[in-house]
Amino acid sequence: MLSLSHFLILGAILFAISVVGIFLNRKNLIVLLMAIELMLLAVNMNFIAFSHYLGDIAGQVFVFFILTVAAAESAIGLAILIVMFRNMRTIHVDDLDSLKG
Amino acid sequence: MNFVVPDFYPAAAEIFVAVMALVIMLASTFARSIARSLSYYATQFTLIAAAFVTIFTMEGEPVYTFSNLFIRDLMGDFLKLMIYFSTAIALLYGRAYLADRKIDKPEYYLLALLMTLGMMVMVTANHMLPMYIGLEMMSLALYTMVAFDRDSARSTEAAMKYFVLGALASGLLLYGMSMVYGATGSLEFSAIAQAIYNEAANRTVLMFGLVFLVAGISFKLGVVPFHMWVPDVYQGAPTAVTLMIATAPKLAAFAMAVRLLIWALFDIAEEWQTMLMLVAVASIVLGNLAAIAQQNIKRMLAYSGISHMGFMLLGLLAGVVDGDRHFALNAYSSAMFYAVSYVIMSLASFGMLILLSRAGFEAENIDDFKGLSRRSPWFALMMLFVMFSMAGIPFFIGFFAKLSVLQAVVAAGYFWLAVVAVLMSVAGAFYYLRVVKVMYFDEPVDASPIHAPAEVRVMLSANGIAIAALGLAPQMLMSLCAYALLGSL
Repeated sequence: MLSLSHFLILGAILFAISVVGIFLNRKNLIVLLMAIELMLLAVNMNFIAFSHYLGDIAGQVFVFFILTVAAAESAIGLAILIVMFRNMRTIHVDDLDSLKG
Repeated sequence: MNFVVPDFYPAAAEIFVAVMALVIMLASTFARSIARSLSYYATQFTLIAAAFVTIFTMEGEPVYTFSNLFIRDLMGDFLKLMIYFSTAIALLYGRAYLADRKIDKPEYYLLALLMTLGMMVMVTANHMLPMYIGLEMMSLALYTMVAFDRDSARSTEAAMKYFVLGALASGLLLYGMSMVYGATGSLEFSAIAQAIYNEAANRTVLMFGLVFLVAGISFKLGVVPFHMWVPDVYQGAPTAVTLMIATAPKLAAFAMAVRLLIWALFDIAEEWQTMLMLVAVASIVLGNLAAIAQQNIKRMLAYSGISHMGFMLLGLLAGVVDGDRHFALNAYSSAMFYAVSYVIMSLASFGMLILLSRAGFEAENIDDFKGLSRRSPWFALMMLFVMFSMAGIPFFIGFFAKLSVLQAVVAAGYFWLAVVAVLMSVAGAFYYLRVVKVMYFDEPVDASPIHAPAEVRVMLSANGIAIAALGLAPQMLMSLCAYALLGSL
C-alpha cells in the first residue's frame, strides 16, 4: 500500500532533480525552462498527496492554479528566450555573462 | 451545498484597478493613434482614483471576505496607498526616458498597472493561494518590463536571469507552502496559526516548510544568499524599469513576509527569527562591502538595496524574545517604517539617474555625476539629500529609519547585531559620500545643462525635499506605521 511518505519522497526527488538541473545546467536554456516546469510539478505532487491524505479539497484546487500560472510562466519564459536569441544568436547559459562587476 | 455571494465592497480598489486595466487594454487597441498618451494618462488616473477608493472604503477593523481568502486591514491599506504613489511617481519619472528610447509602448503602462494589481492582491491575501497568484502577477509583469527594450542584448539577458531565478524562488516558496499545508491541514493564515497554537501540526514537516518559505521570501526581497539576481537585473534593465523593481515590489515583499511569517507562523517566531538573523547579517555585510567596489552606480545602488533590505529584516527579527511578545509591535512597525523610507529614497536615487540620462546617453556610472554641482546646483543638492539619507547621516529620514530598527534590535537584547549593523553602515557611508565628493569637487566631463520635462523636475525636487522634511518630522510617518499595524494585529 502506498503511504503519504512515498509520495512526499517522490516529490522531494523530483524537486531536487529540478533544482540541480537549474544550477548544474550550463548548456541550454530550454532545459532550464523544463527544470522549472518539473519543479512546479513536484510541488503539485506534494499538494495532491497532502490533499488526499488530509481529506481536504483545497490542495487540489491550488494545483489547478499552479498549472495555469505555470503555463503563463513558460509562455513568458519562451518569449524572453526568443528575444534573447534574436539579439545574441545563442541560447547557451554560459553566454549570459555580459553583466558582471 | 449553497452558494453565498461574497461581499465585494472591501475589495473595491482591486476590482476597480482590474476593470480599468481591461478598459485601458481595449481602448489602446482601438485608439491606436493616441494610444501612448491615452494609456499613460489613464494609468495615472487609475492609480490616483484607486487611492481615493481605498481611502473612502477604509474601515478601522479588519474585514474578511471571499471565504476568508481576502483580508482588508489598516496595514494593507497603508501599504497599498504607498504602492499606488510609488508606482505613479515611477511612471512619471520614466515616461520621457522611455520615449527617448522609443519603448514607451501603451503596453508598458498596462503592465505597470497589472503589476500594481498583483501587489494589491499580495498585500490583502489571507490565504496561500491569493498570495501566490498576486506574487506571480507582479513577477510576470516585471519580467516582461525588464525585457521591454527588446533590441538591447543587456536588457534581455537581465530579463532571462530575473525570470529563471524568480521562477526558482516561486518554486521554493510553493514547496514551502505545500509543506506547511501538509503539516497544518490548512492554507488559510489564521487557520494555520490556530493549528500551530493547538500543537496539531507536525513539527518536522512544518520546520522543513518554513525553511523553504524563508528562502522564497528572501529571494523576493533580494537578500543574501539569494541576492545574485539583484545587481545584474538592476544594471541590465532600462533605468525606468529598475526604478519600478527597486520601489513598490519591496513593499509587496515586506507585506508577504508579514503575512506569511507573522500572521500565519507567529507561534514559531523564534525559529524563523534565527534564520532571518543569518540572512540579515550576511546582507548588511556583503551589501555594504560589495557596493564599495562598484563603478556602475546602478550596481552600487543594487548592493546598497541589499544592505537596506537586511536592515529592514532586523526589525522583523526583533519581535519575540524568549516567548515575550512585548516588543513585537514596536519592532514590526520599525521594519515597516524602514521599508517605506527606503522606497522614498530609492525613488529619488533612480529618479536622479533618469534625470541625467537623455536620448543616446545612459547615466549609469559614478563618473557621470562629476561636477553636477556646476551643471545644476539644485539637483546636486537633491542627490546630496538622497545620499546622506541612505548613508544614515542624522536628520534625514534614512537616519531615523536606521535608528528605529536599531532601537528595536537593542530592546530585544541583540547588542552584537546592532554593533555589526552600525559598523557596516559606517563602511557603507564611504560609497555614498564618494558620490557627493564627485558631484561637488570634480570637474564636469560634459558641462551641458540638464534636459528634463518640467513635471520630472518638480516631482524630483518634491521627492528630495520630502526626504529632508520627513527627517525633520519623522514622528508622523512612524506613528502612522505603528497605528496601521496596531489596527491589524
